[in-house]
Amino acid sequence: MSAQSVTAAQPAGHETPVILGGVRGGPNKKTLRTDRWWLQPLATASGLLVFVVYATWAAFQNANYYVGPAMHRDYLSPLYSPCLAQNCKYVWGPVLGSWWSISPAIAVLIFPLGLRLTCYYYRKAYYRSYWGSPPACAVADAHRSYTGETRFPLILQNAHRWFFYIGAIFAGINIFDAVAAFRGFSGGIGMGLGTLILCINGVLLSLYTISCHSCRHLLGGQLRSFHTHRIRYWLWDKITPLNKHHMLFAWLSLFWVAFTDLYIRLVAAGWIHDPRFF
Amino acid sequence: MADYEQRDYDVLVIGAGGAGLRAAIEARTEGVSVGLVCKSLLGKAHTVMAEGGIAAAMGNVYPEDNWKVHFRDTMRGGKMINNWRMAQLHAQEAPDRVMELEEWGALFDRTADGRILQRDFGGHRYARLAHVGDRTGLEMIRTLQHRAVQSGIDVMMECKVYRLLKDDDGTVSGAVAYWRESGRFIVIRSKAVVLATGGVGKSWKITSNSWESTGDGHALAIWAGADMIDMEFVQFHPTGMVWPPSVRGLLVTEGVRGDGGVLRNRDGKRFMFDYIPPMFAAETADTEEEAERWYTDRQGARRPPDLLPRDEVARAINAEVKAGRGSPHGGVFLDIGSRRSADYIKRRLPSMYKQFKELADVDITVDPMEVGPTCHYIMGGVRVDAETAATTVPGLFAAGEVAGGMHGANRLGGNSLSDLVVFGRRAGLAAANYAKQRNLATFSDKLIEEITTAALSPFSSEGGENPYTIHAELQDMMQSLVGIIRTHDELVQAEEHLARFKERLGRVSIEGNRQFNPGWHMALDLESMLTVSTAVTMAALERKESRGGHTRDDYPQPDPELGKLNMVIRFSGEPPFRGEMSVTPEPIPEMPDELKALFEEQQH
Amino acid sequence: MSEIIMRLWRGDANGGSFQEYRVPAQEGEVVLDVVHRIQATQAGDLAVRWNCKAGKCGSCSAEVNGKPRLMCMTRMAELPLDQPITIAPMRTFPIMKDLVTDVRFNFEVAKRVPPFAPPPRQPDGTYRMFQEDIDRAQEFHKCIECFLCQDVCHVIRDHEENKARYAGPRFFVRFAELEMHPLDTNDRRLLLKERMGLGMCNITKCCTEVCPEEIHITDNAIIPLKERAVDATYDPLAFIIRKIARRKRPLPAEEAQASAIVTTPLSELADGHGDAKKAKAKA
Ligand SMILES: Cc1cc2nc3c(=O)[nH]c(=O)nc-3n(C[C@H](O)[C@H](O)[C@H](O)COP(=O)(O)OP(=O)(O)OC[C@H]3O[C@@H](n4cnc5c(N)ncnc54)[C@H](O)[C@@H]3O)c2cc1C
Ligand code: SF4
Ligand code: SF4
Ligand code: FES
Ligand code: FES
Repeated sequence: MSAQSVTAAQPAGHETPVILGGVRGGPNKKTLRTDRWWLQPLATASGLLVFVVYATWAAFQNANYYVGPAMHRDYLSPLYSPCLAQNCKYVWGPVLGSWWSISPAIAVLIFPLGLRLTCYYYRKAYYRSYWGSPPACAVADAHRSYTGETRFPLILQNAHRWFFYIGAIFAGINIFDAVAAFRGFSGGIGMGLGTLILCINGVLLSLYTISCHSCRHLLGGQLRSFHTHRIRYWLWDKITPLNKHHMLFAWLSLFWVAFTDLYIRLVAAGWIHDPRFF
Repeated sequence: MADYEQRDYDVLVIGAGGAGLRAAIEARTEGVSVGLVCKSLLGKAHTVMAEGGIAAAMGNVYPEDNWKVHFRDTMRGGKMINNWRMAQLHAQEAPDRVMELEEWGALFDRTADGRILQRDFGGHRYARLAHVGDRTGLEMIRTLQHRAVQSGIDVMMECKVYRLLKDDDGTVSGAVAYWRESGRFIVIRSKAVVLATGGVGKSWKITSNSWESTGDGHALAIWAGADMIDMEFVQFHPTGMVWPPSVRGLLVTEGVRGDGGVLRNRDGKRFMFDYIPPMFAAETADTEEEAERWYTDRQGARRPPDLLPRDEVARAINAEVKAGRGSPHGGVFLDIGSRRSADYIKRRLPSMYKQFKELADVDITVDPMEVGPTCHYIMGGVRVDAETAATTVPGLFAAGEVAGGMHGANRLGGNSLSDLVVFGRRAGLAAANYAKQRNLATFSDKLIEEITTAALSPFSSEGGENPYTIHAELQDMMQSLVGIIRTHDELVQAEEHLARFKERLGRVSIEGNRQFNPGWHMALDLESMLTVSTAVTMAALERKESRGGHTRDDYPQPDPELGKLNMVIRFSGEPPFRGEMSVTPEPIPEMPDELKALFEEQQH
Repeated sequence: MSEIIMRLWRGDANGGSFQEYRVPAQEGEVVLDVVHRIQATQAGDLAVRWNCKAGKCGSCSAEVNGKPRLMCMTRMAELPLDQPITIAPMRTFPIMKDLVTDVRFNFEVAKRVPPFAPPPRQPDGTYRMFQEDIDRAQEFHKCIECFLCQDVCHVIRDHEENKARYAGPRFFVRFAELEMHPLDTNDRRLLLKERMGLGMCNITKCCTEVCPEEIHITDNAIIPLKERAVDATYDPLAFIIRKIARRKRPLPAEEAQASAIVTTPLSELADGHGDAKKAKAKA
């Protein structure tokens, strides 16, 4: 028998009307949970807040983001990379021209910011901890009405894959910066603690980007059958275990970006000395 | 005037397990209107708990396999008193039914070349069980459930059929039921009724069955005057959990043994080698070395004794425990952790892993499980015609566990799920055709009122018996007197107990009102449990031999003469207990010569 | 042995309250055992659903100390027994009695899922599928329909009106299993977006947290479905690739017709319910 004949069948009479409303059981309380459910949203909110405050401050500094030849190093803060304005201390390519007079970080930060804002993990994190929708599982939503991601502006979350494409380019740029940090003082190869920090930064950002849900979908997940697409299956199969740890990579890379910037900032300002390995 | 609602269908199917759903789908495909009733929510029926797999000789793993081998295994497992025609149809049609499930969306585990993978189970000569990890029943019921919902079958959930209704010439033409939620009555008129109510295990204390398995269908059929056969054959599954007490009886799938698990006693000895019966000696390994080899070499080695049919293994475990060689909590050890890798176990037996981890704190990839026999399945049931699943009462059909004959004295693992779909389909088809030739009957209000008044009587008394107490005592009694090993004296005692329980049930009283009242439901379910328990006890008394799921200490050997007879239970009178129940030995249908020949030729 | 205090919700549509029951503690018990003991000894008419007692049927869902759980898989030993244990019915569904709720909403949504539509069989009468192709969907087939995910999902838990336009995580799992079935030929992506409220889910993962079968509902079902919906609607690049590659997959427009059974919107599900009426009037 074919599937069509089933779809054509009509439900036999006697449909009991379904009442959606009805009285709910249990006491009318926000939650009956007795554990410390507020701990997690609180921690998330604080973590994100610390980063946002630091990153905003650092982005507007417009100084100390590059450790250059004067110090025999080549370190560019990831918050400022790629540096595209003419006022850059370290010019990637002066795309923006000389009219750009504020911090060059502002020009590029919106892209990684967009990636993280629309990231499936961060969405969960801020919907829960900032918006309280819901603050924790089985704890009442803080809002009276709810439309999810079906209306403007939240419908824009659907554009996440475009930020992923850009994010992939940014991850490449960060790796490039890490490679550039191996540049020795007199043209050869050298390595300092900052190089290592930048390398870790490149790796973490790459892990974060490649474990992205959109990436997993685009590279293989969207297929109905894997058997006939061996390469894409291979990719999907390798990304899936990384994807399980997307949240971890999200936090590690976030923390490390800030830390890298801080390190470079301290070295550039002359507060600490960057130890050299070779 | 009685207060009730009424619905009309061409075919009424009672029970939404595998058998009921399959019957309903088939009847609906025939173009008749179908009503489906079940005591729980849709998709929660007992079938959902089936673990190991569904037996079908598809030959995907062993091309040598075919329906004849499956037929032969089934008959021998059933100690040759199965209805041969049912066993034959079952073996022939099971592969088609499995393929059909796949066509409806089921995803069975696969072989390397993309076909349905099959696994080993006790009593099956070849790896034959199509499966999905260890949750095959879930896959089956979900697939059928989606199919049923999409073909427009009316499902009445949480509704218990209390009595069948007959028209003036004795044809079953409907049923009186009540909604568990509201306690209100509903009269369902129909032109044919299919019983698919599953098992009876809830009358025993240690059981793998859920609260639903109270034998309602068996009782409804008995009350309707249908012939019942093989009621003495109750299968005790050899491996149920024994610890902690709250999960005692919970099933440990035979898949554990099929996938390499072995039974050991307290001394670490693989005792099954001491319990190989002559009937299976020729094809069972008698050394550990040969048994080990079998997992990889089916032609060169014979199967391990751990995979003997269930009745043999259950009796062996029982004997070991009695001899004082059991595990600390009165079972034996089932060990797979030391024999297979943790990965393999978690992949093949995920829900067993979880069940032990979460309920008993045992990591089965490391430690052995403690297991013991648990009441699992009743082979006996309503006598049906093999082709149409029609009972001896006109208008009444039966399929699934409630029907008897297919499995004889002992069911092989995996043969139930296939039974459900093979005979569920046949029952649905025959019922639809029967319905097409009939009109709806009418029932007098007086009749309905009599029935509803009887159902409500527990509310009218106060300070009487507690139904839960009666139930607990019944379970203890059946466990100790009508358990794995039976004797004449104990069975006679059991009959006396049952008579007392019936009388006590008359004095039961219920607190609260009709709305979702489990106490009241229990009181009504007890009518079925006592009726079925009586039938089992009477048949067990009459069968003076040991065979399959029926072991008599006073008659320890099979009796070839009794091997040609079915014990037939009949009842005439008023439900539940006003009337006479009788037991009559009747000859089993004789197998044609070409099938007999299958048992003579050496199958090696 | 020590005593445990259980606070069970007793009541029906006319209201209710927590009642305290004191029972002796016993070794190795799960919450459902204790509830059963109360039922057998102190409250014969206490309503509770259960079947398998092994986490296989998904009947015994309730909220234990505020957390949606299966009562048969929650061991007493893991609860703080020095305080009373509260057990309440699932919050999202209308109460019937005590711990039993009216979960028909779910069965209504189930009717609106376009069925599996396989191609014809191979010439040898079989279908060929490979384990790597079905692994994904098999995860979803583990669902025992306990509806705990539906219960915890704030979209309907806290916003009754959304029930008219939201299928809920259990059914996203069901859709995902069909969309990822290697043989299926239906396309349900537009339907998901337009009628099943896929966009309402804000991927906060509570469904994943409570699922007793440990199905990664959000990561493996919902997010891939969201991405599929983007493929079908918001992503011009995917659209162009589709045009060039001439996918055999039916395009969204054809899909709406192919699955005629579901053209009843969820909003019509609520016969006689205020919001649903409004929705109808608008249509
Ligand atoms: C733990 C376990 C594991 C198993 N594993 C396997 C296995 O691996 N392979 C295998 O082949 N078999 C297995 N079995 C056996 C098999 O699952 C059952 O025999 C089979 O599911 C019975 O199916 P059924 O359709 O006859 O009835 P059930 O699935 O039991 O369904 C009975 C239906 O009837 C309804 N019902 C009952 N009484 C009434 C009434 N009065 N009014 C209305 N409705 C009523 C119930 O609500 C239910 O819907 C297993 C059994 C158990 C318990
Ligand atoms: S992830 Fe989505 S579906 Fe799951 S609980 Fe949250 S909002 Fe509901
Ligand atoms: S997806 Fe998980 S939580 Fe939801 S109904 Fe299924 S098993 Fe329950
Ligand atoms: S970057 Fe987090 S999901 Fe894409
Ligand atoms: S009783 Fe079946 S899941 Fe709890």
